[in-house]
Amino acid sequence: MPASFTSAADLIRLLPEIILTVMGTFLMVLDPILHKRSSRAFGHLSILALAGGIGGSVYAYAHAGPAFGGMLMVDGFATFFRVLVMVVGILTVLPSYRFLNRQDAETSEYHALLLFSIAGQCLMAAANELIIVFIGLEISSIASYVLAGYLRDDKRANEASLKYFLLGSFATAFFLYGVALIYGSTGSVNLIAVRAAISGQNAPEPVFLGLAAALMFVGLGFKVSAAPFQIWAPDVYQGAPTPVAAFLSAGPKAAAFAVFLRIFMTAFEPIGGGWEPLVWISALLSMTIGNFAALLQSNVKRMLAYSSIAHAGYVLVALTARSETGTAAAMFYLAAYALMNIGAFAVVSHLSGRGERYQNIDDLAGLGQKQPLTAAMLAIFLLSLIGVPLTGGFFGKFYIFKAALDSHLYWLAVLGLLNSAVAAYYYLRILVMMYMHEPGEAVEAVEPLSLGLRAALILPAMGTLFLGIFPAWVLDFAGKSAALVK
Amino acid sequence: MLIDTVLFYMFAALVLGGGVLTITRRNAVHSAISLIVSLLGVAGLYLLQQAEFLFAVQIVLYVGGIMVLFLFVIMLVNLDLAAKERQFNKQWLVALAAVAAVAAEIGYFIYRGKDAFHIAEPATMALAPPALGNTEMLADTLFSEYLLPFEIASILLLVAVVGAVVMAKKRI
Repeated sequence: MPASFTSAADLIRLLPEIILTVMGTFLMVLDPILHKRSSRAFGHLSILALAGGIGGSVYAYAHAGPAFGGMLMVDGFATFFRVLVMVVGILTVLPSYRFLNRQDAETSEYHALLLFSIAGQCLMAAANELIIVFIGLEISSIASYVLAGYLRDDKRANEASLKYFLLGSFATAFFLYGVALIYGSTGSVNLIAVRAAISGQNAPEPVFLGLAAALMFVGLGFKVSAAPFQIWAPDVYQGAPTPVAAFLSAGPKAAAFAVFLRIFMTAFEPIGGGWEPLVWISALLSMTIGNFAALLQSNVKRMLAYSSIAHAGYVLVALTARSETGTAAAMFYLAAYALMNIGAFAVVSHLSGRGERYQNIDDLAGLGQKQPLTAAMLAIFLLSLIGVPLTGGFFGKFYIFKAALDSHLYWLAVLGLLNSAVAAYYYLRILVMMYMHEPGEAVEAVEPLSLGLRAALILPAMGTLFLGIFPAWVLDFAGKSAALVK
Repeated sequence: MLIDTVLFYMFAALVLGGGVLTITRRNAVHSAISLIVSLLGVAGLYLLQQAEFLFAVQIVLYVGGIMVLFLFVIMLVNLDLAAKERQFNKQWLVALAAVAAVAAEIGYFIYRGKDAFHIAEPATMALAPPALGNTEMLADTLFSEYLLPFEIASILLLVAVVGAVVMAKKRI
């Protein structure tokens, strides 16, 4: 056994997680010292930590390589997802200022839990060993269960938190059973070692491997809210505080997909023909259920929840392609999706008012007259969610379906395209409501945009347009990183 | 060898006897104490397998920590009332079916012999000469090879504690 414990390079490669957890702990220490009036400082410090974390992960990327004896793999892929979840974090904190203030619930714990959750997601993004995946997943999930029920006096928040907790624990248990089977049949939990064991001479029994892959698929499928494990998503997104719902729909999902891609493209690649039909079916079910259920919703948060299920389906299409272009397309799509979805939720958070009264689609009536800027930003996000050219959503879908066609998945691509046509209906309904109706009670009561909200709307909108006009910049990086996940 | 066998059966009797008493006693305190006996038996079995560390953990953590907490919680509820209530343990059939299934699995495994199943090769660690005790070797591995999971598990616990406090506070 080597005597060296950790090297400086190991710690540098862990830098983002270190920054986030130190700041999370520091915030809770600061809480009793700080005066109640200056509780906005928690938000400022969180943004500072997240920005520092982004800098840290870029610095870690400059020293890329495995850390802690191959437990972490800091490469382009990991850096892409680390930066993505931390950007999601910043975009969650920005609308939280106004939201928490309005609900009179500003505490350090909210921000600390958010930072811890993001640290867990960063670990998942860089994990190269199933133990780290599992612990990262649990850190991220437990913090999100609490965040979902953060407004404790709200009945729906309680319901959301309890549902999320119970179903989430089941899902993690499924995942853990899968890990145990892998360890039992290959003798390792390191993804590269597992791959070697699977494709080696005396490969373990396919029954064990298939069962393990299926169990892990169930666990991760829950976390990304893919059908048929999507039941929780609408209730949780509706009940959770809106900025938290925005976070849940982007951050944990992106991290879970990162793990999904890494496990299935690295470790289980040799048995790809076996799991492809599973993912195929799940992709189709997610798209169809998500889009058709979204048509029927009158609550904006529920509608966005179903739409997020549908979007998970699109990413699964990219996964079904089982190719480098597929992985790159999934990465690009997740970045575009995170920006547009979190932006749309920020608008809902802005409009919902004290106690989150206004959440219906009708409440958006006349927003175009009353607050042109908010309406214009929401319009950008919705057009991007539809997949209209010049937005990130268009190129995201384009690359995904291109990857599917390259892998001869013609039927899946056709059904996916039909699905996105269905989706256009419910997004356009909101646009019509905003611009072609007279302002209603909700819009009359809306407060002017605060600085944080302005940033929370304009930054993702700019990102969405940037991805739509200069997609090559991100796609090149994704393509290079996708080659590493092998 | 003989004394090992005798000890094994003694500890096994403790485990099973404690387990049966745990689910059959009406009084919750008696159940908890029976569970402690069962857990002590498991600790003894660990010691027979030369797993001193697990033995210590079993006693310190399960018997000393978790079960004492259980007892505190049980004493907070109204026991006399609870003992008269109808209890939710009338599921003999389901339990019997589960036991039969497990017994069939174990029986099949013993019948085929362990060589019939392709399970992972034994870890190379076990082949090293036991120059160090079990606990030392565990500490060595935990703090060198598995340092990262060990450290981030502490973050996981911190998150759980903070979460519990947030959920239990009087007002946010």
